[in-house]
Amino acid sequence: MKLIRDTWLVFGRYFGLFIHNPVWVALGVLQPVLYLVLFAPLLKPIAAMRGFPPGGAYNVFVPGLLVQLGMFGAAGVGFSLIAELRMGVIERLRVTPVSRVALLFGRALRDMFSIVLQSLILILIALPFGLSIHPLGIVVVLALIGLIGLLTASIGYAVALAVKSEDSYAPIVFTSALPILLLSGVLLPMSIAPQWLQNIAAINPLLYAVDAARHVFNDNLGDPSVLKGVVILVVLSVVAVVIGARQFGRAVA
Amino acid sequence: METRGLRRVFKSRGRQVEAVAGVDLDVRRGEIFGFLGPNGAGKTTTLRMLSTLLAPSGGTARVAGCDLATQPGKIRERIGYVGQAGGADREITGRTELVFQGRLYGMPTAAAQKRAAELIVMLELDGAADRKVGTYSGGQKRRLDIGLGLVHDPELLFLDEPTTGLDPQSRARVWEEVRKMHDRGTTVFLTTHYLDEADALCDRVAIIDYGKIVAEGTPEELKRAIAGDVVTFTVAGEQQRALDLVKDQDFVREARLENGSVHLYVDRGEVAMPAILRLLDGASLQLMTVELHRPSLDDVFLRQTGRSLRETAA
Repeated sequence: MKLIRDTWLVFGRYFGLFIHNPVWVALGVLQPVLYLVLFAPLLKPIAAMRGFPPGGAYNVFVPGLLVQLGMFGAAGVGFSLIAELRMGVIERLRVTPVSRVALLFGRALRDMFSIVLQSLILILIALPFGLSIHPLGIVVVLALIGLIGLLTASIGYAVALAVKSEDSYAPIVFTSALPILLLSGVLLPMSIAPQWLQNIAAINPLLYAVDAARHVFNDNLGDPSVLKGVVILVVLSVVAVVIGARQFGRAVA
Repeated sequence: METRGLRRVFKSRGRQVEAVAGVDLDVRRGEIFGFLGPNGAGKTTTLRMLSTLLAPSGGTARVAGCDLATQPGKIRERIGYVGQAGGADREITGRTELVFQGRLYGMPTAAAQKRAAELIVMLELDGAADRKVGTYSGGQKRRLDIGLGLVHDPELLFLDEPTTGLDPQSRARVWEEVRKMHDRGTTVFLTTHYLDEADALCDRVAIIDYGKIVAEGTPEELKRAIAGDVVTFTVAGEQQRALDLVKDQDFVREARLENGSVHLYVDRGEVAMPAILRLLDGASLQLMTVELHRPSLDDVFLRQTGRSLRETAA
């Protein structure tokens, strides 16, 4: 089928560019590792507080770090797209009969791959610190984080195609990412937040992703919140891919 | 290719700007068609509409025999497009880009590799093909861009200002490639703001200004429309005095001051020249330079738009 062939083709192009720059993978992992080493120890005494979810400091904190990695790791994807707009690459691709969905989806899949790889590295690094997780849990968590990467990357590309300049892209993406991140319980669980903050956080889809990831780490794969998190992310990702592909269809460089 | 009433309106701060205001064009199969105009005249906008990159606000067009509004997919298979920015990624080798481009048009890998190798030989990119595009000279880059547009052997190739910013040698090289495409039967639609380029290369040209076609025809026809010859001269001191002196003479059809020299459109240059010399001599104006030439497309543009193309393109 043409869509699958085109997606594979576009994925191949960007994957090729990606493996020529493995330094980005290392840099992407560096930040969460710093959190793990320099921040997570602070959580140990807090983990004894009332309202703190079960599972120990690392099992609560690492899922949050992974979600953060999924989001911030993919938030910068628009920069490379804007550089390509400037070189005329996007225009050149759009004049060919290649599927518009593939133009977006192929490159977002590459970003998803990179996020999943970084997440796996982070999990492996966190194990000696006292993280415990079932092997099947790792697969589910990686899928969850991969979806966050796909969702964020698709939104990032759509924004980049709309604003076309780094100067507008950076503030838009990073300013909107911060409240989403803070209200998702990434750093500290929202269960210890005051009620009004919890009410606002309830509309944040990422909260459910973090919730799902924490249940997976506590070997509660069957918990309804896991399915809920996955479904929310799948639906949002599909919407984001469609919006992004439409932007590719009519982008004016 | 033909267009009827093609329009494109942009919104800018609540105001509507008509970048292309009803363009009718007829481009015949196999010809090199030049689309001329100063920056901002609507050349690129028209080109982007015809190559399916931008939806028209109004009007109709058939491109490579297909309807622009209903068959953009078919058009994309049949046309090649080389934008001003080119379109090759600086971080990728020329060969990789050519192969990928072939694959985008549905070629199997082996066929795309074979085609890339052919184009590399044809465009004399042998030494550069396996280096990153970022290392290319301006001329090599442009030839690669053209190669990307030719991968699928399109019926119709759009070139947006193919020689802008190139040194004269590379420019001549691009012209040569365009002529070769023409010899192979490809229709070429190119925009330029160089009149000599249109004159040397194109079978027919259209001049666009403020979104409207102001003249269309073969370069010869357009030049003939300005009957007679053009005399250009400068005098020591006040050009305006010299202009006032000659402009009401019977043999002068039109006179104007342009880029610091006096331009006269006259019926017969060989008769006008001695008369002009006598007049200036009589008024004690010292003649510095004088030139007699057949009208160029530059003169056509000047007559049609009231502006010099060179001046507006600078």
